[in-house]
Amino acid sequence: MANIMIRRGDKGEYVFYLPKRDLEDTIVSMEFDTPEKWGGEIKLNNGGSYFIEPQTAPERLPYSVRAKRLDAAE
Amino acid sequence: MSNLTREETEALIAEVLEVYPDKAKKDRAKHLAVNDQSIEQSKKCITSNRKSLPGVMTIRGCAYAGSRGVVWGPIKDMIHISHGPVGCGQYSRAGRRNYYIGTTGVNTFVTMNFTSDFQEKDIVFGGDKKLAKIITEIEELFPLVKGISVQSECPIGLIGDDIEAVSKKASAAINKPVVPVRCEGFRGVSQSLGHHIANDAIRDWVLDVKKEDTSFVPSPYDVTVIGDYNIGGDAWSSRILLEEMGLRVIAQWSGDGSLAEMELTPKAKLNLLHCYRSMNYISRHMEEKYGIPWMEYNFFGPTKIAESLRKIAAFFDESIQKKCEEVIAKYQPMVDAVVAKYKPRLTGKRVMLYVGGLRPRHVIGSYEDLGMEVVGTGYEFAHGDDYDRTIKEMGNATLLYDDVTGFEFEEFVKKVKPDLIGSGIKEKYIFQKMGIPFRQMHSWDYSGPYHGYDGFAIFARDMDMTLNNPCWNKLIPPWKKPAAEGEDMAKAA
Repeated sequence: MANIMIRRGDKGEYVFYLPKRDLEDTIVSMEFDTPEKWGGEIKLNNGGSYFIEPQTAPERLPYSVRAKRLDAAE
Repeated sequence: MSNLTREETEALIAEVLEVYPDKAKKDRAKHLAVNDQSIEQSKKCITSNRKSLPGVMTIRGCAYAGSRGVVWGPIKDMIHISHGPVGCGQYSRAGRRNYYIGTTGVNTFVTMNFTSDFQEKDIVFGGDKKLAKIITEIEELFPLVKGISVQSECPIGLIGDDIEAVSKKASAAINKPVVPVRCEGFRGVSQSLGHHIANDAIRDWVLDVKKEDTSFVPSPYDVTVIGDYNIGGDAWSSRILLEEMGLRVIAQWSGDGSLAEMELTPKAKLNLLHCYRSMNYISRHMEEKYGIPWMEYNFFGPTKIAESLRKIAAFFDESIQKKCEEVIAKYQPMVDAVVAKYKPRLTGKRVMLYVGGLRPRHVIGSYEDLGMEVVGTGYEFAHGDDYDRTIKEMGNATLLYDDVTGFEFEEFVKKVKPDLIGSGIKEKYIFQKMGIPFRQMHSWDYSGPYHGYDGFAIFARDMDMTLNNPCWNKLIPPWKKPAAEGEDMAKAA
């Protein structure tokens, strides 16, 4: 489990930030992206994927959340 | 010498690595790379933010340097106690030339050194009592001080002193903020972790303190300058451009900055981030907690300045955008004059850089505006996200080196033969003795400012002064010069 921060990028896309490893990357896909259900498996541009417990969408970004690493690139 | 091709650069790296034992070679190979603009992710070509190899000459600093020296040090109306033995504070005192306005020793204290001067008995019995005593003494001697920060040196962490408890108690006693910073030198691999620790200390001990205070009247055009340490007056030459655009700069972090400015920062509309490496942490925190967007900008060289000013203006309404164009137009004749004067003297010259965590990519634009080319660049303590940003700025097949060792840097220079090197004081005399013009890019070689339009004029003059200095022809003594030349001189005599 790692603390990550999700924010909006310049083009409105989600940007993933993992402070521990200074990893900043765009999110290519998020399993659930509706106001009621948000999170699930997220895929990063670098090929890595993380899992956020599905929850209601945060009211405001950036948003810090715990995420589980499923498959890190490298 | 013409530029190296990709194969030649790769061969050069392989040749330089040849001298290491196998294990060291494997490790160092990951830190040296040939730039390839098609790569989006820097970690595919370069590894960074790893422990330096024992036995090599590294140029890195420690976490204490990152916190006391970089982030906290320039805050002018606070006293920063170097808590521990006397050396750390004394040898880093006033070295970064963070300019500030105020009367030193009365209401500002940046160039002074305050230390708890640890002795053997403090290591054995703990230094908490001493720290408490120092804080009371400071309050008595310098009543105008606005706050105190305790910057731990290595022994504090090793003997386990509870500086937090002392600080809390002292803070209540003197009724001023006392901030304990756990920036012991042994933490992390370089000064980079010190920046992070310092940012976290600001987050925990400074930002929320004055949130009940409503005396500050916000305006829609409040911005802050974050990550500008006012080296040689950099923040001032940046600030005037923003103010001419109609924005109000409510805080400078941390060059010429004060505690009150930092406490006000959560009331800004936009955080402008210059040094990404040392202050992105606090900017991200403020974005999440207070909803203040942040934006990286670059005030080196007219091309990047105009680009950044327009990007900043795009955040605000049309009146600001109009004034932004006026500012750019106003300075254009000055820029044209500088370029007309210096570009012919500097064009085509090749530069190698090796600086801290921001300038290796930020100053590239400045050199390009003068017709110069950066053929190699590297960081002391950058992380992956810095290299992501660097790859786009650098040309293809140029050299990238992370935490370069003394040996590697010298060998690269011998082979690449740049016309100018920009790095720090520790490299300066080696390269000058090798006959290569050199500028210190940490402290602007006691010149500056280099930010903003005014800074660009100084930058261009300095580069010309260094590169075209007549001394570089005089390095070979007359008796070692080729015979033909000697005869000419004899005739002339």
